Amino acid sequence: MDRRRLLLLAPAGLLGAGLLGAAGWTMLHREEEGVPIGGPFRLRAGDGREITDAEFRGRWMLVYFGYTHCPDACPTALQDIANALDSLGPEAKRKVAVLFITVDPERDTPAVMQDYVSAFDAGITGLSGTPEQIAVAAKAYRVYYAKHPKAGGNYDMDHSSIIYVMNPRGRFAANFTHETPPDAIAAKLRALMA
Amino acid sequence: MRRLILALGLLALVAIHAAAQPAGVRAEQPWARATAPRQTVGGMYVTLTSPVDDRLVGASSPVAGHAEVHEMTMEGNVMRMRELTGGLRLPAGKAVALAPGGLHLMLVDLKQPLAAGQVIPVQLRFEHAPPVDLQVRVAPVGAQGPGMEHAH
Repeated sequence: MDRRRLLLLAPAGLLGAGLLGAAGWTMLHREEEGVPIGGPFRLRAGDGREITDAEFRGRWMLVYFGYTHCPDACPTALQDIANALDSLGPEAKRKVAVLFITVDPERDTPAVMQDYVSAFDAGITGLSGTPEQIAVAAKAYRVYYAKHPKAGGNYDMDHSSIIYVMNPRGRFAANFTHETPPDAIAAKLRALMA
Repeated sequence: MRRLILALGLLALVAIHAAAQPAGVRAEQPWARATAPRQTVGGMYVTLTSPVDDRLVGASSPVAGHAEVHEMTMEGNVMRMRELTGGLRLPAGKAVALAPGGLHLMLVDLKQPLAAGQVIPVQLRFEHAPPVDLQVRVAPVGAQGPGMEHAH
């Protein structure tokens, strides 16, 4: 390559490096500040107790919104979480709170949620609440959900299928979907918690 | 002699009848997911191959009020589950897998939770082919397949 061409390329290279640097800085900065995902919620656990997000400060939180009339994505997500936590070991498991929040409070009472999560061996906390409380929590996590009516007065729920990882200060750290393999979830958690 | 003719005639009739029946749908590796207490719906999976173009139009089981054919799709991060009210197309000779993350049969209004290890009878109905009766083994709640390769 001749010198002139090199000279011409140099500013482009510098510009590229600058952009990469800026992107990197932005990413780090976002991690530090926390992108605005997550926030305060007030929900109800199976034993009737009111639970707020503050209760989980100091622990990592895995937050997944779904519903119990969901035979596919939701059990997959919860089982993936259970498998990932199993492979991390008991100590790491203690540092992580897993929350399954319903988007269908009409059918999923706190007791139904608790029964549902008890089928998974992962110490998952099942949470419900009033439709308003659910709406507040879902909005904080930018979770979309909508009723899809079907014949016979029944309905299914459309919903965002995202597993959020929140750090011990309650800030967003990472996210997965129900399609993320448990190994990948475990590896990411291990790296985050190191 | 007359009796023999009659018997042969009957046999022939049976044979003709059998030949006139549409060829059956092959149903392989059926399994269902265990459900939690008070969960009223459960997912069931199976791989279907029909020799001719056909359609899975319904299913029933004594353990459930009714059953629906569902398709789950992801649009971005949003999960949508829809009943295939027109049934599920089974193109001739093509194995159609009902598997986690896509198609499933939803057993609705379960009379009791499905327990891992249990075997439940399920009948599949098709547009053309005769119904298929299955004995479906229930795998653990978060299983991703029929085997016992579950992580616990």
